Amino acid sequence: MLVLEKNAMTEEIELLVKKYGKSRSSLIPILQDVQRKYKYIPDFAQQEIARLLDIHPVEVFSVISFYSFLNTTPKGKYIVRLCQTISCDMQGKALVAKAIERELGIKFGETTKDNKFTLEFANCVGMCDQGPAMIINERVYTHLTPEKAVQILNELK
Amino acid sequence: MENKKRKGPVLFSKYTPGEGVKKALSLSREDILFELRDSKLKGRGGAGFPTATKWTIVAAAIAEQKYVICNADEGEPGTFKDRVLLLEYPELVFEGMVIAGYTIGATKGIVYLRGEYEYMLKSLEDYLESMRKNNLLGKNILGKENFDFDITIRLGSGAYVCGEETALIESLEGNRGEARNRPPYPVNTGYMGMPTVVNNVETLASIPHIVTKGGEWYRKHGTDKSSGSKLFSVSGDCERPGVYELPWGTKISELLKLVGAKNTKAVQVGGASGVCIPKSQFDRTLAYEDVATGGSIMIFNESRNMIHILKNFMEFFVEESCGQCTPCRIGNVKLLEGVEMIEKGEYKFSYINQLKELGRTMQVASKCGLGQSSPNAFISILENFKEEIFNGNGGNHGK
Repeated sequence: MLVLEKNAMTEEIELLVKKYGKSRSSLIPILQDVQRKYKYIPDFAQQEIARLLDIHPVEVFSVISFYSFLNTTPKGKYIVRLCQTISCDMQGKALVAKAIERELGIKFGETTKDNKFTLEFANCVGMCDQGPAMIINERVYTHLTPEKAVQILNELK
Repeated sequence: MENKKRKGPVLFSKYTPGEGVKKALSLSREDILFELRDSKLKGRGGAGFPTATKWTIVAAAIAEQKYVICNADEGEPGTFKDRVLLLEYPELVFEGMVIAGYTIGATKGIVYLRGEYEYMLKSLEDYLESMRKNNLLGKNILGKENFDFDITIRLGSGAYVCGEETALIESLEGNRGEARNRPPYPVNTGYMGMPTVVNNVETLASIPHIVTKGGEWYRKHGTDKSSGSKLFSVSGDCERPGVYELPWGTKISELLKLVGAKNTKAVQVGGASGVCIPKSQFDRTLAYEDVATGGSIMIFNESRNMIHILKNFMEFFVEESCGQCTPCRIGNVKLLEGVEMIEKGEYKFSYINQLKELGRTMQVASKCGLGQSSPNAFISILENFKEEIFNGNGGNHGK
């Protein structure tokens, strides 16, 4: 990371600490904001968050490693989370998953080479009456068919 | 947001926004607690703890700060009632929190919204803003002197276990979402060590109706031991999946008829951590005294393979166990391995029986509700569908 980039990130985290308050309970909202912007939480950001909240960097890493929506390695611009729980499963999740894998040329758990898409399975996303369902970043898509799912992804390209 | 075509006896009945808070502020705190006790409302998340008891303990506590937390970390497979309440009836949920704040003497409310529901955040924040404009939130609410209350929304980050109240509080405090030992309960030592009421979205949404119409009116719905109504999130093999408000005491067979379920083989009541009810028991009733549930109803017809379903549930628990206590961390992995053995046909009955014993051990030895209830599906599916699973008769794929 360049010094300039580091400085910019420190400034950004300082603003977040100011916004949420300098306390341990602000940790997760700060991490969520960093994650939303960068699609992961870089080592340097973890250290800076720890320093500014006055906690050990390992504490920050420990929290990140616990939550499935926070991660320490880069992910794609679009994180596709397909619901794998039984109601969506019974409504044809497997076919949708295969179609997406074929289209993007990667498996679930992987990221495309151009860093555009990351494929993940999610546990019940609360759309059981309209399955199969997936969430891409903050948007939810329901009543998926293999064709519809691929079309949605293509429109994001 | 304006889809108010839903019909139901309590939650989906007519309600004018602001009505509940207005009525509550004209009553004394003791009066509200009395109505609540009279209503016999129990926690709607599934555990069924009497709401009045919870509120009374916090109301009686002396502390510099108290909190009201709305548990909107709806993660149980097959549950989506909170999504409907938050999107279509936010006034009920938020006003329930304001009334709770008034009753117990809290000034701060927090909604812990699951990360998967981030798309609702904007509309919920907008609604809170409109409440602030109408003085339903903020300082001296509706002119009531010295009653200040405001609500903030915090997002979860994809951890099922955070629906457990102490894990939820840990998460709010900026820690890993690992359940605490109980006691002390959140009513004594909750968020930031202060007395805290943690209620499910649906519990809070019932409050404005109870306050405006009275505990006695509420008690008229449902059964003696389970008063009021319940939202059921229905999914799976039926013609009309969705959220239904029905009085407690409804028979499973009645519900199946209502939603247009045909050739039903089994109903999973209470999500992955609930129990699987076979056809022979469809005359059982949905109520705390019979089949208790947080409202998840998943319907499986004759074509479904029960082992496939069970495997899906066990994979869920292996992923979502927080790993803090051994019975849950190791136990769920062992149960999943057992299911895979059965799937491949490489199992010994003696070992499967040992696994059932392990499941019963997990039910008593796990630290929180996740591990205590995760063996339910394993035990009930293997017991109730042994014909299909072990003898190969029943179900199109039954082997």
